[in-house]
Amino acid sequence: MTRVVIAMSGGVDSSVAAALLVRQGYDVIGLMLRLWGEPTADQRFNRCCTPDALAQARRVAAQLGIPFYALDAQDLFKARIVDFFIESYAAGLTPNPCLECNRHIRWTYLLDQARDLGADYLATGHYARVETPDGPSGRGYRLLKAVDTHKDQSYVLSVLGQTQLRQALFPLGHLSKPEVRTLARELELPVADRPESQDLCFLADGDYRRFLREHAPTVLKPGPIMRRDGTIVGEHQGLALYTVGQRKGIGLSTREPLYVLELRPVDNALVVGGVDELGCDRLVAQRVHWVAGEPPVGPIRVEVKIRYKAAPQPAIVNALPADRAAVLFDGRLRDITAGQAAVFYAGDDCLGGGIISREPYPTKTTATSDS
Amino acid sequence: MSGIYLDYAATTPVDPRVLAAMLPYFTTEFGNPSSVHRHGQRADHALETARATLASVLGCAPRDVLFTSGGSESDNLALRGLALAAREGRGANHIVSTPVEHEAIRATCHQLRDHFGFELTEVAVDAHGQVSAAAIAAALRPDTAVATVIYGNNEIGTINPIAEIAAATRARGVPLHTDAVQAAGQLPLAVGELGVASLALGAHKAYGPKGIGALYLDSGFGLLPTQTLGSHERGLRAGTPNIPLIVGLAEALRIAAAERDEHNAHQRRLRDRLIAGVLDTIPDSRLTGHPVDRLPNHASFALRGIDGNALLMHLDLAGVAASSGSACKTGDPRPSDVLLACGLSPEWALGSLRLTVGRATTDADVDAVLALLPALVARLRERARQPERRLASGS
Repeated sequence: MTRVVIAMSGGVDSSVAAALLVRQGYDVIGLMLRLWGEPTADQRFNRCCTPDALAQARRVAAQLGIPFYALDAQDLFKARIVDFFIESYAAGLTPNPCLECNRHIRWTYLLDQARDLGADYLATGHYARVETPDGPSGRGYRLLKAVDTHKDQSYVLSVLGQTQLRQALFPLGHLSKPEVRTLARELELPVADRPESQDLCFLADGDYRRFLREHAPTVLKPGPIMRRDGTIVGEHQGLALYTVGQRKGIGLSTREPLYVLELRPVDNALVVGGVDELGCDRLVAQRVHWVAGEPPVGPIRVEVKIRYKAAPQPAIVNALPADRAAVLFDGRLRDITAGQAAVFYAGDDCLGGGIISREPYPTKTTATSDS
Repeated sequence: MSGIYLDYAATTPVDPRVLAAMLPYFTTEFGNPSSVHRHGQRADHALETARATLASVLGCAPRDVLFTSGGSESDNLALRGLALAAREGRGANHIVSTPVEHEAIRATCHQLRDHFGFELTEVAVDAHGQVSAAAIAAALRPDTAVATVIYGNNEIGTINPIAEIAAATRARGVPLHTDAVQAAGQLPLAVGELGVASLALGAHKAYGPKGIGALYLDSGFGLLPTQTLGSHERGLRAGTPNIPLIVGLAEALRIAAAERDEHNAHQRRLRDRLIAGVLDTIPDSRLTGHPVDRLPNHASFALRGIDGNALLMHLDLAGVAASSGSACKTGDPRPSDVLLACGLSPEWALGSLRLTVGRATTDADVDAVLALLPALVARLRERARQPERRLASGS
C-alpha cells in the first residue's frame, strides 16, 4: 500500500487534502510541524501551529481514522527562516519567508521525516499541480499552476526540484477554493469556516515593522532620504520600513508626490523620485533554481511574477552562470523589489525562479556557454 | 486496535469483572441514593457497600472515604481544603511540596501561592527523584499548613518513603497529603501504616473506569470544601454520587489488592527484562528514577540526543504504544521538570521514554520491543545529526 504523509495545519485546505488522500486509498499519516513563534507575554506559539490548530488537526485525523503526530522544528525554523528574515531586512532586502520555508523546512526537513516513516509521498494542501512524465519525452516532473489561478501557490513552490516533485502530491491542485470548502462541509470536517493560514506566521501580530524594532533594532538605522542626483530631502527611520513604489508614509512634505524608487543599503539611503522616474524593465535574479534541473539554453520567452500576488508579466529570461538569470520585461514595472522571488512561467508551467538582486543588468546576456 | 500497549501508567483497560459489576447500575439500578423510595435505598446501599469495600482496602473507617471525579480532583480537594482549613484554624500560611509532584498537585500549590498568599517550599529530591523524611522535616515550620509528597511517581516510577515522611510531619502536627494515583493497585494503601492525613487515588490506572476517584481523609484534620452543596459526602464534596463508577472503583481496587502479589510479580519480571534489555543494547541510555524503590510496572529511561516525541511516533507506527513520561501531544520538546529536578541535562532529559507494563503484557511483547528499539534509536540519532549538518554547510 502506498504510504503518504500529509502536512496538516488544522486548516481547511490540508484537512480536505488529507480526506481526499484517504478516499483515494492511500495509507495516510498526518504530521504537523511545531514551528518557532515570537514569544509574547502570554504565549509563545507560531500562529500557524497554536495548541488550538494542533487540537483541530488531531480531531480531523481522528475523524479520518489516520494517525497524527506533531514534530518539533522550532530551532531549525528559527535558524533557517526567522534569522534569514531578519538578515534579509538588514541587507536591505524584502524576503519571502514562505518560499524559504518550502525550500528548507517542508520540502527538506519534513520530506526527510516522511521518508523516515516509510512514506512514498509527501502531500500538502498547496494549490498547485505536479505532472508526472509520461513516455520518453525527456521532460521530467513538471510543476503546474493550480487550476484555480486565484489560489495558485506555485510561486512559493518554485524552489522544488525533480527529487521533491517525484515525491510530492498536491491533492487540491485541480480544485477551487469554493469547491474545497464545499468538500469540507460534505465530509463534515470541523474546519470549513476556519481562517486562512498566516503568511508571516512567526510574528505575534503580523506587524513585521514592530517585530524588527523589537528583535533586530540595529536593522532600523535612520539615514538620508535623497533624490537620484544625491540631494538630501529628509531622514528615514530604517530602510526595512519602506518598500519600492511606496508613496504614503515616507514623511516628506513636497508639492510633487514622491515615491520610493530604491533602497540603497550601501549608503543606508532611501532614494525617492517623481512618478516618471518610477519603474524599471529589467532585473538580475540570483540563487536561481530550475524545476527541470537544468537551465534552458538561450533566451526563453516567459511570464514572470515578481511577487506572490503580482500579475505575470511578459519577459525574456537568459540563464547566466553561477545560478543567475537576467530578466528583461516587455514594459516597465513599478515595484521590482530586491529579496522577493522572480518566478518564471511558460503558460501553466512553473519553470523555476530566483531571488531578485541589486546586481546591475549585464551588458551581454546571451553567453551562457562560458559557464 | 492491535499492537503492543506499554503505557499502563497512562491508563488501563477496565477489568471485565469490574465492568460486570458496574453494568446494572447504569440501567436497572439507576436510583439516586438521596431519594426516599426503594430505588434510592438500593442505590444508597450500593454506594455505602462500595465505600466499605474501599475502606477495607485502605484500612480505615468508611466515613473517612470520599468519592470524587478522579485523582486530580482528590488532590485538589485535599491540598486546597487542608491548606485553607489550617489557615482558618491556626493561621498557618506555608506549604511544603516537592518538584516531582503530579501536575494536579503542582498547579494547586502554585495557585495557593500566587492567588491565596501561601508560601511554598519545594524540597529538593535526590538524583533518583526521591525525597527523604529528613529533608521534609527540615522544611517544616510552625506555620506549615500542609505537606504533600507523591507516593509512586508517574513519570519516573520512584516510590517515596511515605510512612517515614508522615511520621516526621505528624510529630510536628502537620498533615501529610499523598498522591497515590499511580501507586494505587500496585502498592500497599493501608493508611494506618502510611500515617498520612489524606491520600488521593483514582480507578483508571488500576483497571477501573475513568472519571472516578476517591480521597481518604483522616477525620481528625479539618478540610474546607471547594465544591459545596451540603449533604453529599459529609458535606465535603457536592454532586449526586456516580453509582456505577463508584461501584467500579471499589471493585477494581478490591481486585487489585486481592491479586496484588501475583500481578506485581508478573509485572516486576517484565519490567526488569525491559530495563536490562534497554540498558544493555542502547548506548547512552540510563534508567531514570530509583533502581530499587520503583513501581513494579514502571520502566523509564533517558536516551541522550533523542527527540522523545519523534521516538514515540516511530514506535506507534511500528505498533508500540509508549510514552515520554509526561503526556505531551503538542510536539513542544520542553524537558520535563521532574527529570531536571533529578539533575539531568536537557540533552538527556529531552530523550525520555516510559515503558509501563500491565497484567496483559507478555514476554513476547517485551521481546518485540527490545528487538525494535536499538535500531530505531540509532536511526533517530543519525537523523538528528543531519539538520545540523545542513545548517553547517549552508546548503
